[in-house]
Amino acid sequence: MSTANSVAPRQSVWQFILSELKPKGPIFTPFNIISVPTILAGLVIVVWRFAFGLGSVTNLTQDYPWGIWIGFDVMTGVAFAGGAYIITFTVYIMRAGKYKSLVRATVLNGFLSYLFYAGALFLDLGRPWHIINPIIGNSFGYNSILFLVSWHFMLYMMAEALEFSPVVAEWLGLERAKKILHKLTLGTVIFGVVLSTLHQSGLGALYLFCKPKLHPLWYTEFLPVLFLVSSVFAGLSMIIFEGTLSHRVFKTQIDPKKHHTFDDIVFGLSKGAAVAMYVYLFIKFVIFIHGQHWHFITTGWGWLYILEVGGLVLLPCALYTHGYRQRRIGMVRLAAILTLLGIMFNRLNISVIAFNWQLPTRYYPSIGEIVVTLMVIFTEIWVFRWVVYRMPVLRETTEGNRK
Amino acid sequence: MDRRKFLALAGAATAAPLVSKTAQATEITEDNPEFFGVLVDTTRCIGCRQCEVACAEANDLPVPDIKNDNALDAERTTATDQWTVVNRYETDEGEIFAKKQCMHCGQPACAAACLTNAMEKTETGPVTWDGGKCMGCRYCMLSCPFNIPKFEYESINPKIQKCIMCSERLEEGGMPACVEACPADALMFGKKQELMQIARVRIYSHPDTYVRHIYGEHEVGGTSWLYLSSVPFEQLGFRTDLGTLTYPDYTREFLYAVPLVFLLGPPLLYGLHHLAGRDGDENTEGGHS
Ligand code: SF4
Ligand code: SF4
Repeated sequence: MSTANSVAPRQSVWQFILSELKPKGPIFTPFNIISVPTILAGLVIVVWRFAFGLGSVTNLTQDYPWGIWIGFDVMTGVAFAGGAYIITFTVYIMRAGKYKSLVRATVLNGFLSYLFYAGALFLDLGRPWHIINPIIGNSFGYNSILFLVSWHFMLYMMAEALEFSPVVAEWLGLERAKKILHKLTLGTVIFGVVLSTLHQSGLGALYLFCKPKLHPLWYTEFLPVLFLVSSVFAGLSMIIFEGTLSHRVFKTQIDPKKHHTFDDIVFGLSKGAAVAMYVYLFIKFVIFIHGQHWHFITTGWGWLYILEVGGLVLLPCALYTHGYRQRRIGMVRLAAILTLLGIMFNRLNISVIAFNWQLPTRYYPSIGEIVVTLMVIFTEIWVFRWVVYRMPVLRETTEGNRK
Repeated sequence: MDRRKFLALAGAATAAPLVSKTAQATEITEDNPEFFGVLVDTTRCIGCRQCEVACAEANDLPVPDIKNDNALDAERTTATDQWTVVNRYETDEGEIFAKKQCMHCGQPACAAACLTNAMEKTETGPVTWDGGKCMGCRYCMLSCPFNIPKFEYESINPKIQKCIMCSERLEEGGMPACVEACPADALMFGKKQELMQIARVRIYSHPDTYVRHIYGEHEVGGTSWLYLSSVPFEQLGFRTDLGTLTYPDYTREFLYAVPLVFLLGPPLLYGLHHLAGRDGDENTEGGHS
């Protein structure tokens, strides 16, 4: 019997939510044992950070004003979350119904990523009480890329919340609300795709101002284009990676028949990722030739560059291509992992590693920065899991809620 | 420049330091939006660091102990509690001193980067910071090609600290404290246009003393602070690879594209949606169901 629909008449919505807050599933899993202490430690560090200033927990310096809270949490997190706009585009605009089953999990993941990773930005602000300034408009830096990006983050989070809202309505048994919210989907998808293309590229555009500081192998006026194109294969790889994990972890949530079609879907995604990677590599190639950076290749920076572009873009691109042609699921999964590592490496190269390449000082994240980053990731997974076990994200309806 | 004007300027240039530290002041009007700046002649600087002291006193910063701190031994950068520093450089021409501070760029990277308009190029020339607006994102620091804005990492109410060219003193008709304090006339305060002319005249009239480069004339589109030197500027710790493009130019195209994408994106996507849907997949109708 359907939990949601049956409780509604007898219990109030709030009572229902309260009952749903209780943990479901085993408590002492390896993931919980690692994540809970990390989250708690992270919270302590966050409190510490607000009590004693950024310098007390981070290794940031005057030369490195942005560390991994931006370079990883925001830059990489947002690229990984790109799957949501790609999939909604594919399903609602291109109407490729085959991928429909991915929409809910991907949009949820996207929304939570923005909430947590972009939310981590707040921790990084030195004067967060003024965050309201660029929002309420008493001082708009219209010409600032960061202004654009932060506004887009906000609007896009709302768009994703709207896209996901029918699922919440269904969970709460609010049929009328669900119908109404459902009607908004196409509009929010269009809005969301437009916003995404702009802020994915906007993150790259942030570094257009860093020409004197960023190594020439990474600096190019095409940074916005590169960020946009790479967000496509980053997002697709994340869907493959996250989907594969979900199919193991949330086995009970998924109709067994779907396990087979999922492989099919993955091959479709692989093809998409491979095409985006060809485009990316082509642009990279043109930039490299045009920039005449041959002499850098033999330096240490050159090796990093080769590792990034060759080992973590070209190689997974080949694996994807071969994988979907030969229908080798293992190869495709490996490609997804390598691609994700490549994106991470690329974003960190730009924001941290090849940044200030001419300076003798270097930045390494502090333990505090790493723990807080892990906290953000783990919390996101916790919330994701909480939602998946309760709302019809992976399964079709609330029917068959865990018995 | 015609010959008469040149001679007049040459006269002014040689006389100016004796008469006053100010290039002939002209009033700023709407027809004449040219801003103020400072000309630093490194050939005249004696490394006494009086400017550092004056700066600290004028801006409530800790006053450096210039007699005993041996600070010239190492190259320094500006800091949260020190908005200007004098460095000593070993060059082809021997020991040369150069004062460093915010360049007060004509179209500053920091202001273009700032999402709250806390960093602002004022009409008179100084680039100032407004603590009532700043949210501490530090994008200005990332963007400034001279690494000038400094952030108080140890504070829970952190400020961005940098030279503000004594903007309040300027408003009252004064000049920056450092310029006033310089005993060697190495610093001259005035409208940028006039400082440029004076700088050129110094180069023309003493071609053996100066290199033919006024740092700040074209760098990042031009700055309010200008430098003269007897050695190539790299030897004084200046970057000469910054280019002449102003910072807003780096993102102009991208920012132009934004409204276009907003305007053309939705109808395009909507059209695609209809094209793709001809053979009808009910499941993906979204809003049309
Ligand atoms: S030197 Fe840096 S801080 Fe000063 S105005 Fe230029 S960009 Fe801004
Ligand atoms: S730190 Fe403050 S002044 Fe600098 S860009 Fe951010 S909001 Fe603007």
